[in-house]
Amino acid sequence: MEGIGCDFIGPLAKCGAFSSQTGLFMAFLLGVGFGWILEMGGLGNAKKLAAQFYFRDLTVFKVMFTAIVTAMLLMLAAGGLGWLDLSLVYLNPTYLWPQIVGGLVLGAGFIVGGYCPGTSVVASVSGKIDAWVFLGGALFGMLVFGVVHPVLEPLYEAGLMEGKPTVASFLGVRPGLVALGMTVVAVAGFVGAEWAERRFGKGPVQP
Amino acid sequence: MNDAPKNYVNPYLAGLLLGLVLFGAFFIAGRGLGASGAMMRVTAEAAHVAAPAAVEGSDYLSRYIGGDGLLGDWLFLEVLGVMLGALLSATLGRRLKLEVLKGPRIGTAARLLLAFAGGGLFGFGARLARGCTSGMALTGGATLALGSMVGMMFIFGGAYGLAWFLRKEWI
Repeated sequence: MEGIGCDFIGPLAKCGAFSSQTGLFMAFLLGVGFGWILEMGGLGNAKKLAAQFYFRDLTVFKVMFTAIVTAMLLMLAAGGLGWLDLSLVYLNPTYLWPQIVGGLVLGAGFIVGGYCPGTSVVASVSGKIDAWVFLGGALFGMLVFGVVHPVLEPLYEAGLMEGKPTVASFLGVRPGLVALGMTVVAVAGFVGAEWAERRFGKGPVQP
Repeated sequence: MNDAPKNYVNPYLAGLLLGLVLFGAFFIAGRGLGASGAMMRVTAEAAHVAAPAAVEGSDYLSRYIGGDGLLGDWLFLEVLGVMLGALLSATLGRRLKLEVLKGPRIGTAARLLLAFAGGGLFGFGARLARGCTSGMALTGGATLALGSMVGMMFIFGGAYGLAWFLRKEWI
């Protein structure tokens, strides 16, 4: 993929703007930003993460959807302006059944364990002992998946939708329309979240 | 006197900054952020040291060993960065503290047992779903990937559905 000479400016790594060594350093820097923001927003705190499921502190929802909408709108703008070749940005494949079943298992892990993988890394370095244990469990769960993979292979490969569909391509509408819809839903969700916190919460969970 | 931990920042500000970093990843690297993929690499490399033949013979685990090694892996370096960023932020915010986070109605041992069980479920589910909250929900959501959006709904659906049964752990 490297050095193919894009008609666009980005993605920089895939348009040969820098070496793969520099790319790895960029990964590290992006990670620093990611970890910094998660910690500063309180997403390295299991009590805050769990409180969302009791409608007491919806920080996770607010952070995630503000981030999703921000990145989505910037992507669309950069694509429209010819700065970013969206076809070179990695898109997750759709395997409907493992994503549904796996999603439910992830949800169970979230409320039982109090973290997800990224937030458990953040919590671990700030001294949360429960996050160390969660991390150990996550590594163990991955090993178990690796071992039983042959048995689960039919489920793992089930429901593949060819061509990496997006919500827009699936509905046959322009991405901008889906982005508008997502933005409206997110803003409505924020209004609902503020209401729920006033109704059920006692102020945001703090350290 | 002034050594109390600082409060967390406004969630919409954190979300806006996170969105900028996520867009930065798309623009710079052509890919989103992740976490569980790097953990899978660590798991597979560790298992490879312990049982080389078994891992090399496993169709699934063998995908996650070798290459340019851990330090040549994009996601592994990103997660190393996450650790440094979180450490800097927690230090500056005076939030660095050894503790077990739990609700008032559960003991430490029970909480740690549930943390391990939840981690196990998350690790297993993240491999099945091909991504976790970072790689699937956040990154897949911003790119509007169909399966990721469906998966995200089931993550939150599953957690909200089970919350009542685990209330003694948290509230």
